[in-house]
This record gives sequence, structure tokens and C-alpha cells, in this order.
Amino acid sequence: MTTPSSDQTTGWIMVLPALACIAVFSLYPAMDSFFLSLYRLYVSLPGLETSFIGFGNYEQLFRDPVAHQAFLTTLGFVILSTTFELLLGTGIALVIHERFKGRGWVRGSVLIPWAIPTVVASQMWRFLANDQYGAINFVLFGDRVNAYVPWLADPWTAFGVIVMVDVWKTSSFVGLLVLAGLQVIPDGIYDAARIDGATAWQRFWHITLPLLKPALLAALLFRTIDAFRVFDLIFVMTQGGPGDATQVIQFYGYKTLFTEGRVGYGTTISVTVFVATLILSLLYLLTVGSKLLERERA
Amino acid sequence: MKKTFSERTALITGILLAVLGSLLPCLWFVLTSLKSQIQVEAIPPHWWPDGSLAFYQSALVDHQLLNYVWNSVIVASATTVIALVIATPAAYALARLRLTGTAWILGGLLCVAMFPPIVIAGPVWQILERMGGLNTHWGLVLPYVALTLPLAVWILATFFKELPPELEEAARIDGCTAWQALCKVILPLAAPGLFTAAIVTFIYAWNEFFFALLILTDPDQQTLPVGIALFQGEFTMPWGEIAAASVIATAPLLIVVLLCQRGIISGLSAGAVKE
Repeated sequence: MTTPSSDQTTGWIMVLPALACIAVFSLYPAMDSFFLSLYRLYVSLPGLETSFIGFGNYEQLFRDPVAHQAFLTTLGFVILSTTFELLLGTGIALVIHERFKGRGWVRGSVLIPWAIPTVVASQMWRFLANDQYGAINFVLFGDRVNAYVPWLADPWTAFGVIVMVDVWKTSSFVGLLVLAGLQVIPDGIYDAARIDGATAWQRFWHITLPLLKPALLAALLFRTIDAFRVFDLIFVMTQGGPGDATQVIQFYGYKTLFTEGRVGYGTTISVTVFVATLILSLLYLLTVGSKLLERERA
Repeated sequence: MKKTFSERTALITGILLAVLGSLLPCLWFVLTSLKSQIQVEAIPPHWWPDGSLAFYQSALVDHQLLNYVWNSVIVASATTVIALVIATPAAYALARLRLTGTAWILGGLLCVAMFPPIVIAGPVWQILERMGGLNTHWGLVLPYVALTLPLAVWILATFFKELPPELEEAARIDGCTAWQALCKVILPLAAPGLFTAAIVTFIYAWNEFFFALLILTDPDQQTLPVGIALFQGEFTMPWGEIAAASVIATAPLLIVVLLCQRGIISGLSAGAVKE
């Protein structure tokens, strides 16, 4: 069908409201943040002059030990949580891809952690990890009350709990993406491999996994970017504590920007997070993109 | 082909692990909401609740939970309706009208969806302050619409592309405009896609915390996630009330998810993996 030129006009009229809305409430704010990060600017101290300091805030960020610690914490969180999420998510996908009675219900219940508000999930796990009334201690130690561990009061266990809750909450989302990848693999391949005597493990390792690569990369991309901006979980469960043990960069940015009112420096932190995720996603897209190109050529 | 015995065992173990791992933590919180204060504070904890509804009463009456529920219903419904009204024609144009630059727009939408909220939060706050939108529901709905549009457009565009083009072409040959084709031919066929996009948008708006925390500082206007995150007791953490409030905040969502898992699964994976 040829496209009449009136369709071009109508098409743009149809797209315009969406683009305008995104421009005003996403694009413009992101650019504005970049400009704000070039100023020394405090909300709470109107007496202090606002002054343009170029990349001064970025220099300060480069030398800020708290920011370094927060960045390392974030990196650890991102690497650990995405690794476990990909492993568990693949497992979930393999299970809910099989045919069995009541599969709809199983799929529905696996989706529940994803659908629960993060704030609710965080409060729930905060209670489960409670040092006195928590179910985790009860399950591990039963009546031996003296052995109960204050999970969220120790830097290492608190970090571990945060990672675990994120994994619990989002593995099913990874599972969905991987499931979509499984569904495009034709069943015939497996039957052929079975006839040739391949074990379940061999079928998974030599057939499923290579064919799942695009789905796994997509999941990795989404999860990494999302893990970089973790906030709700930290806000509710630890407020960055104990000490600074779970202070991820996003939470540090929030505190600087909105609690302390250091607008210039706070936006500098957030813009840096933004640029880091942007670079990461470009790297992923380049590798995924080149993989797809290779396949096209082959 | 028939499964071997060890494959069946592995599958059943996997199903049990996935279901129990997802549900048991939630079950504990549901049980907590049905306990009495004495039971919640028992060390070691009690498994089985008395079946008291005291925490529900306290959450609803003392903490005015219904107010938060109402705010969330308004914000999430308004976001869903407005986002779909804007996203549907956009997705149709991108899927069917062969606009120049379609690929760039779709790619750009994906990029925007990856923006960390904190990067846009400060300027959005300033815009709303100038417009008088702080502490209002519409002030929260505006950024929510912008934030949910990329995903909604992607889901709908993927769905529209899969519809057979013949019906629509026939309508166009008979003299329908693009708008008429969209309203009379595509929309009736696209109900499942619209439904998926609506659920995903609604869940986002119902669960969102960060913007709600910044924009709504007045407790009368706050949505459920803010209310539950800032739940305070007079002396100790009111775990029972928090559990009851959480059940009330989550139950409607869970019913929707259990009933509509098929649509959600196909919608969420749309565009992500399919080529």
C-alpha cells in the first residue's frame, strides 16, 4: 500500500502528543539537570550566591570518598543481584515453559513478587529479617533465641539481605524475558537431539543456552540499568545504613539533592549515574547489535 | 515426547521451589496481619494467627488507610487512561503509517525509558512548583504519564504490527481516513493489547514511590506506597498495621495478575526479545 502524504501529516499529529509529553517531563528535565550540575547551588541557603563553576562539581565528586564508597557499593549490588537474577530467572523460565496441569497458576504465582509494590516487598522483608520477631531467625534457629541474628544491623548481612530481596523481587521479570526467548526455539530441535541420545543437561547446554543468548543479553541490559537506580528498597529497608554499608549512589544523590538541598552537587551525582548507565547500555547494544548482524550475514 | 522419571522429578522440584519461594514470604506477612499485638511481639514468633482483624481496623481507622487507597486509585486510573489515550494513536502511526524516522522514534523511546528517575526528578519538581502542581494528584499524574508512555507505545506498536493488514487496507480503499481506520478497525481488534498496556501502566502508577515521595508531602494527598513506607507508630514499629495495610494495597493487584498473567507475560516480552 502506498502511503499518501496526508498519512504523513496525520501520523505526525498522532505521534506529537506523546513526544511533547515526553519532551517536557523527561528530555527537558534531563538536560536541565546537566546544566544545574555546572552551578554551585543550595536550596536551603538563599543567602549564598548561585555561581557557575563549570565542571567544579564533577571535580569534587571525583575526590569525594563517600561517593567512591557509594559507587563501589552500587557496583557490588549490581553485579551480585543481576548474576543471581539471571541464574534464577533462567531456572524459572525453564520451569514455566514446560507443559503441565495448572501452569497458569504457577505462572501467576511466580509473577506475584514482580507485581507487589517494591515498598510493600521491602517492608515485608524488613519484618522477615527482624532480629526479634522475624521469620528468618525463627526458621534458622527455632527456639534458640540467643542465636538470633540482627540481619539489618550488621554491614555485611544487611548488604546480603538487600541483594537477596532484589533477587526475590525481580527474578520473575528475568524469567519472563527468558521465557519469551524459549518460546521461539522450535521443539523439533529437541526431539532430534533426544533421538541422538543427548541428556537433558546436554540439550540445555548445547541447544537452549546458545539460542537464548539474545534474550539473556536483553535481560542483562534491563536488569543492570534497573539495579543501578535502586532506591525504594534502600529507602525503606536500611536508609543506606548501618553506617554507609548499603548507601548506593542513587540514595546518596537523593540525600544530597533533596534532604541537604545541595542542588548543584546532587544533580552532578545523578547525571554521573545517568551517563554511566547510558555508556553501559550502549556497550550492550553494540555487542547485541553486532551479534545480530553476524547472524544476518551467516 | 514422554518425559523420563528424572526429568519429571526435576520439573516437580522446580515448580515447588518457584511457587513456594514466591509465596511463602508473602504468606508470613498475611499471617502477621491476622495476628494480635501480643502474638506479633512474641519471641520466638508464633506461626499461626488468632484470626484477629484488629490490625485491619487499626490500619483503616487510626491510620486512615482508605484515604491513601483513594489517592492511589485516582492517580493510577488517571495515569492509565491518559497514557493510553496518548499512546494508542502514537503506536498506530509508528506501526502502520510508515512515518519517516519511525525507527529513530522507537529507539529514542527505549532510551528515555532507561533514564534514572533521579536525573529528571529535580527539574520536574521545579516545573510543578511553578505550575502549582506540588501536592496535587494531577501534578503526579503528569510525570507518570510521561514515564509510562514509552513502554505503553512499545507494547501497543508491537501488538498493532501483528494484526493482519488486510482488513485495514480494505477500509482505507473504501475511503476511511487513518483516524477512522484506527477507531473502527484496529481498536476493536486490539482490545487484548490495550488491556495489557493498561495493566502494566496501572501497576507502574500504583507501585511508584520515588516521585510520589517528592511531589506529595501532604499526608492527605499521599498514595499507598508513600503511606506504607512512612508508616510510623508512636513508640515501636507497628508491624501488624503495616502488614494489614500491605495486604489491602496488594490484594487487588494480585487478583489482576493471577487472572491476566497470560496478557502480562506476552505484553512484557513484546519488543524485548521478539525480532
